[in-house]
Amino acid sequence: MKNEEFNNREISNEYFLVDITDYPTDSWGKIKRVIKRSFRVELFVGLGVVLRELVWFKKHTVSYPEEKMPIGPRYRAVHEMKRLLESDIERCIGCGLCEKICISNCIKIDTKIDENSRKEVTDYTINLGRCIFCGYCAEVCPELAITHGGRYENASDQREHYVDLNYMLTPLDVMRSGSQKEFEGFGAITPHEDERVKKTPLAY
Amino acid sequence: METAYLIETVVKILVILLVFSALAGIGTYFERKVLAFMQRRLGPMNVGPYGLLQVAADGIKLFTKEDIVPTSAVAPIFKIAPIITASTAFMAAAAIPFLPSFTIFGYEVHPIVADINIGILYILGIMGVGLYGPLLGGMASANKFSLLSAARATSVFISYEVVTGLSILAPVMLVSSLSLIDFNEYQSGGITEWMIWSQPVAFVLFWIASFAETGRTPFHLIANDHEIVDGFGTEYSGIRWGLFFIGEYANMFFVSFVISILFLGGYGDGSFLGALGLLAKMSFFFFFFLWTRAAWPDVRPDQLMWLCWKVLMPIAVLNILVTAIVLI
Repeated sequence: MKNEEFNNREISNEYFLVDITDYPTDSWGKIKRVIKRSFRVELFVGLGVVLRELVWFKKHTVSYPEEKMPIGPRYRAVHEMKRLLESDIERCIGCGLCEKICISNCIKIDTKIDENSRKEVTDYTINLGRCIFCGYCAEVCPELAITHGGRYENASDQREHYVDLNYMLTPLDVMRSGSQKEFEGFGAITPHEDERVKKTPLAY
Repeated sequence: METAYLIETVVKILVILLVFSALAGIGTYFERKVLAFMQRRLGPMNVGPYGLLQVAADGIKLFTKEDIVPTSAVAPIFKIAPIITASTAFMAAAAIPFLPSFTIFGYEVHPIVADINIGILYILGIMGVGLYGPLLGGMASANKFSLLSAARATSVFISYEVVTGLSILAPVMLVSSLSLIDFNEYQSGGITEWMIWSQPVAFVLFWIASFAETGRTPFHLIANDHEIVDGFGTEYSGIRWGLFFIGEYANMFFVSFVISILFLGGYGDGSFLGALGLLAKMSFFFFFFLWTRAAWPDVRPDQLMWLCWKVLMPIAVLNILVTAIVLI
């Protein structure tokens, strides 16, 4: 799609102005309006419409706890921590960018240097009571480690509701069955990213 | 004879009280279901099969809730107002024949508490008194919305009464009696003798006025939820609010009975089929109360007064004149 097509706001030519006449001011006009309104059977049209709905019996109610609407893959609900596809290890490298960018200061990350001189995440919590689900953490994460998931039922008995790394990590059995889903929303890799990536210019 | 009559009357009163209190509850269930289906919803579904026990749940809730009387309210009037609404609704039922007379265990039962010779006058009068409940309750509540509702109750009261009275006058002239049983006998010759054919204008007028009388949707301005919270019921809670509710729904049933008997032949010749017919007609009018609530908008108080005084009353007077000329 070209830019011109996006900028074209003339979507439909079927718009028309509704024919609204002015209210009558003289008494004869008012009487005519009353007679017209009384004998045009508009009230019964309304009755017919609701009776049709009663007879058709089409229901739009979703009985929520038993039925749930599907939510989009880009929906930003409680966070998930993804694992590496190759080794089942968590993707998080402990860079702390998510903690830095979090505008509601709800992410806390502690790291240490382990025996192999690699950075290891010792403590990672998100206070869902403060989180505004803006998606900045998912966007800033260089490893696509922290993303948003579809779990939106987070009722809690207090305002501070913490989730930690183990809670958010993809469970190992899910991982081994190969059903870990990549997040399609904010900060995710766009489709055909492989074709567009450029090699690091080592020459200079 | 005297004791038998007394016992019979007391039993009849008890039956009417119990049946119509229960019907008022079931009426709320039907209202919620019908409105839900008309708006593509499900209505109550969780309590009992298809939400049938919702009535019981609501009843338990209403009856066990704390009874609150606001400190600044006029307590005696505040307390007596819901009783006026509920009791007058049931008092009006005394002159309504609910079924044709039948024989049970060799004893003939007339399903009417008192066949008084001023039946319609009594029913209309007592139903009119019923509006004192909202009026007094609204004024005694010390709440602005309730006060507005009381003012509206007055405007409704002075508007619809004149239409009901005048519209019923022409049929009364035809029957030359005020008893509902005489009305029924007058139309007992079958569908062609129904009052609706000889008095269609009176039928429509009385029907319109009955909406104002019961405070149903086109004229639901006494307790219009989206304008004045719950109107006179804003400060009420628990059993007192429940009494208002029972009175309102019982009134709807009784008005449906009255319209069916006055204009649509009642129970006809008194056979079993006729009795079923009366119940069917009553059910239709009750359903129509719910139906209009789903379909129609509300009018303003001034529009209701305009309608009743400037449109319906002249039509009713003309109807009386024409009927009188034809009779003479």
